[in-house]
Amino acid sequence: MDGFLDTGLGTGLIILLQCLLVTVVILVCLAFLMYADRKVWAAVQLRKGPNVVGPWGLLQSFADFIKYIVKEVVVPAGADKPVFYIAPMISFVLPLVAWVVIPWGDGWVISDINVGILFLFAISSMHVYAIIMGGWASNSKYPFLGALRSAAQMISYEVSIGFIIVGVLISTGSLNLSRIVLAQDGDWGLFSWYWLPHLPMVFLFFISALAETNRPPFDLPEAEAELVAGYQVEYSSTPFLLFMIGELMSVFFMCALISVLFFGGWLSPVPFLPDGPVWMFLKMLAFFFVFAMVKAIVPRYRYDQLMRIGWKLFLPFSLAWVVLVAIFAHYGWFWGTYQRWVLGG
Amino acid sequence: MATAVFYFFALVVVASGLLVIFARNPVHSVLWLILAFFGAGGLFVLLGAELLAMIMLIVYVGAVAVLFLFVVMMLDIDFSALRSGMTRFLPIGGLFGIVLLALLATAFGAWEATEATLALRNVETPPPAEVENTVAIGEVLYTRYIYVFQLAGIILLVAMIGAIVLTLRKRAGVRRQDVRAQLYRDPKTAVTLKDVKPGHGL
Repeated sequence: MDGFLDTGLGTGLIILLQCLLVTVVILVCLAFLMYADRKVWAAVQLRKGPNVVGPWGLLQSFADFIKYIVKEVVVPAGADKPVFYIAPMISFVLPLVAWVVIPWGDGWVISDINVGILFLFAISSMHVYAIIMGGWASNSKYPFLGALRSAAQMISYEVSIGFIIVGVLISTGSLNLSRIVLAQDGDWGLFSWYWLPHLPMVFLFFISALAETNRPPFDLPEAEAELVAGYQVEYSSTPFLLFMIGELMSVFFMCALISVLFFGGWLSPVPFLPDGPVWMFLKMLAFFFVFAMVKAIVPRYRYDQLMRIGWKLFLPFSLAWVVLVAIFAHYGWFWGTYQRWVLGG
Repeated sequence: MATAVFYFFALVVVASGLLVIFARNPVHSVLWLILAFFGAGGLFVLLGAELLAMIMLIVYVGAVAVLFLFVVMMLDIDFSALRSGMTRFLPIGGLFGIVLLALLATAFGAWEATEATLALRNVETPPPAEVENTVAIGEVLYTRYIYVFQLAGIILLVAMIGAIVLTLRKRAGVRRQDVRAQLYRDPKTAVTLKDVKPGHGL
């Protein structure tokens, strides 16, 4: 058995199994996150939320799942069929692919590549295609308007996300996600993580993540008040489900990214407790709760306000922060907080 | 194994490149172009140039192709009118193609490189196993050739400002949005409460 595992086929099989494991865990998590999202939303609005299927409504997502997949797939007559079907698949597959470089623990990562953070950035910048293609292929006005909005919105906020990531990279001196986490390992537990030195960027990153994943208050591509449901109006059944899962998965993925970049990934917040994947998971859940609360509390922005914030506030501010961090890191100011090249690189 | 993967990506690039030209719908052309970029990114990964592969995906797929798609989707194209002129314009188009090919052939035929340029080709590149891609490119781009790099940046900046100046139109009588005024508006000046009697209206 040992001999087989060392061959190319054996390694390939192990990697496949690891991918399958992560996929299954993520999808099961998403089912309960969807439920949690609705419960939080309901609690803020003094409703009960889903409470019928299973104990406390826990199995609601599975009931929804079965309902979605047994419905008929309706394709509009004027639709561009191949593109119409490919769009939801892209929306589902891309956020799933991104999990491959997320480190869950020390060495708990499927693919520990040197340019991990760039890989994530590339994947998240491609998610926009699912929406543009879906909106265009539907051959209808509302989806098309939603697609155009989303194209402009996602590109705008990618720029600021990119600059915020550059700041963290300058501090670490590496593009590898595991090293970014290791660079945050220090004597002061949670106070040696990057959220303290990069505090303004945490808020900017969070807001940009909301815009990037089309979450409220920036859900203008769907904006049911004006565009009915934006790019997904013409979708039904399983393709619609794929869009929904893809969207939720990229939200959860952004939670993972915030945890890794600013909140120490798998590191324990206090020195006397051991590090481990549990911390990573707890941090992601905490951020998902914040995402859900924002959805419930904050009213939707107007489109021109969204673009103004993206280009005129976030972009200059994050760019200035990159310059500042570069200076801090080069001269090792603030006791070398911004210069952790030895630890990480 | 690596050879098989190479041929797979090469096939993807060539096939989708051809489909960019032959696809009837311009939006499909852009989508095939994106697939071609993906294939090229895969080839970069095979070469061990992972940074270039990722930059390729981020810049070309994530930004440039989105803008292409954005513009192409909004064009109002009549496909039948586009195709009807095919036979009429083929000779002229073909002539242009041949002239361009001849120009390129003569240019490359008479290509001469200076000694210094040829010497650059022999500069040893660090082995990928020892030096990370990112570090190696950073050394060259931001340390050794920093001034040239800055110069390239300035040229791009000039091009950008030029494009903005050329397309910026000033028209009289356009009401612009005043964000400051919007932000400092308060209910006292913006909202009035009126007691409307039933059946009267304002």
